[in-house]
Amino acid sequence: MIRFTQIASFALSLLVALALIGLWHFVASARLVPPIFLPLPEKTFDALVTGMQNGVLLDASLATLRRMFFGWFLACLAGISLGALVGSSQKLRIYVAPMLETLRPLPASSLIPLFIAVIGLSEGMILGVIAFGALWPLLLATTHGIVSVEPLLIEVAQALAMPKHKVLWKISLPSAMPDILAAMRLSLTVSLILAVVCEMLTGSEGLGQWLLATSRAFASTKMFAGIVVLGLMGYASSLIMNLVEARALKWKSAAN
Amino acid sequence: MSARKPDFRPFAVPLGLVLLWEALMLAFPTASETLAPPHAVILGFFGIVTDGTLALQTAQTLSSALGGLAIGFTLGSLLGAAFGLWRWFDRAMQISVESVRLIPSVALIPLSMMVFGFGTRMEITIVAFTTQWPAMVLARAAVREVEPRLMEVATVLQMSLLQSATKIVLPSILPRLFVSLRLTAGVAMIVAITVEVAANPYGLGAAILAAQISFRPEVMLATLIWTGVVGAGINQVLLTTQNRLFRHSLPGGGGSE
Repeated sequence: MIRFTQIASFALSLLVALALIGLWHFVASARLVPPIFLPLPEKTFDALVTGMQNGVLLDASLATLRRMFFGWFLACLAGISLGALVGSSQKLRIYVAPMLETLRPLPASSLIPLFIAVIGLSEGMILGVIAFGALWPLLLATTHGIVSVEPLLIEVAQALAMPKHKVLWKISLPSAMPDILAAMRLSLTVSLILAVVCEMLTGSEGLGQWLLATSRAFASTKMFAGIVVLGLMGYASSLIMNLVEARALKWKSAAN
Repeated sequence: MSARKPDFRPFAVPLGLVLLWEALMLAFPTASETLAPPHAVILGFFGIVTDGTLALQTAQTLSSALGGLAIGFTLGSLLGAAFGLWRWFDRAMQISVESVRLIPSVALIPLSMMVFGFGTRMEITIVAFTTQWPAMVLARAAVREVEPRLMEVATVLQMSLLQSATKIVLPSILPRLFVSLRLTAGVAMIVAITVEVAANPYGLGAAILAAQISFRPEVMLATLIWTGVVGAGINQVLLTTQNRLFRHSLPGGGGSE
C-alpha cells in the first residue's frame, strides 16, 4: 500500500514535470517570450546532444566536475580535520572560535580577487578558492558536532581509560556524523558555484566559460544546454549525498 | 598578558595575525603591488569613505540584495506554505521543483545578463531566484509543524481558507518565518556579491575585483573587509530583532548563541 502511493505520487510528479516542459514548448513556439531568451525545449535538447557528441560541452562539463570534486575533496580533508582539532580542544576554541564565527558570513566569491592577486590566474588558484570557500561549513559543523557529543559517552570513555585519539575516532566523529554529512552536502553546492564563477572570471575551459561565451554569441540553445547540464550536476550530487547519508547513518536509525 | 584576562583571549589570534601581516609586508616590500599592509588598508578605507565611493557601492549592493530578498522571500514563503498545507500539491510538484531548485544560481547569470543587461534588475532577478528556495523549504517545514489540534479547531469552526491562514497558520509560523528571513538575508548578500564579482560591474563585489585589476590592493582589502562587516551587521540586526520579538516562542532561544 505504501509502495503503491509512493509510485503513484512519483508518477504524478513526473507527469507534472512533463506537462511543464509542454508548457515551455507552447510558450516558446507561440513566441510569448523572444526565442533568444527562451529557446524551444527540443532545440535545447538537440544542442545538448550535439555538444556531448562533438565533445565540446562534454569536455567543459568534465572540467567543471573535476574542479568541483577536487576542491570539495580538499575542503573535506581540511575542514573535518581542523574541525576535529578545534572541537576537541577547549583551549583552542576560546582563542579561535569567535574569529571563525566572525569570518563565516564573508562570501567566498569576494575572496576570488584576493586569491588572484596572491596566486595569479591559475588552476591552483581555482582549486584554492573552492577549497577555502567550501571549508567553512565543514569546519563549523564538525566543531559543533564534536562539542555537542552526549557527555555520558565521554564519561564512559574516560572510565574505560580510552586514549584521546580513540575517543575522537570511535565516539566524537561518529556522533558528529549527521552534522558533518549535512555540511558536506552544502559544501558540494558551494564548490559547484565557485567552480563556475572562477571559470567565468578566468576564462578557463568549463561550464562557466561555456555559459558566458554562448550568451555573448547569443547562442541561447547552447547556453540553455549548459544550464541543463549544471542543473543535472546539482541534482546528481544531491542524490549521491542522499545515498551516502542513508548508508552512513544506518546505525543511527537502527539504534532508535 | 592576554591569557590572564579571559575576555581578551578571542582577540589574541586575530591581533597576532594582523601584526604578523604588517611585519611580513615590512620584510618583503616587493609584495606591495598585490597586497597591502594593515596600516595602508586603514588609510585606503578612509580614502574610499571620504570620496563617497564606498557609500555608493554599498547602496548598490544592498538595494539589489534587499530587493531580490523581498521578492524571493515572499514568493518562496507562499510556495512553501502551499506545499505545507496541501501534501498532494507538494508531491505533484516534487520533480519539477527539485530539478529547478538545484540549478546553481550562478548558471543563470549569463541568461539574466542577456535579458536585462548589466545593472540592478539582472542582479535582483538572480537574488530572488536563489533566495526563494531556502524560503520555500523553511516555510514548508514551519507549516507542517503547526500543531494539528489548531488545524482541527479551524475545521470545527468551519473557517475559510483565508481565515485559517491568517488566524491560525500565520501566527503560529511567524517566529520560524523570521528565522527564515534572517537565513535567506545571508544568502541574498552572498548571491549579490557573487553576481557582482562574476559579471555585474556594480556594487561592492565589482569594486573588489576592479581594485585588484588596477593594482590598488589597499582598496581591495578595505572593500573586502567592509563587505564582511556589512554582512555580519545585517545578520546581527536581524538576530537582535528575532531575540527581542520571539525569544519565548523559539526552541533554544532560536539560535541566539
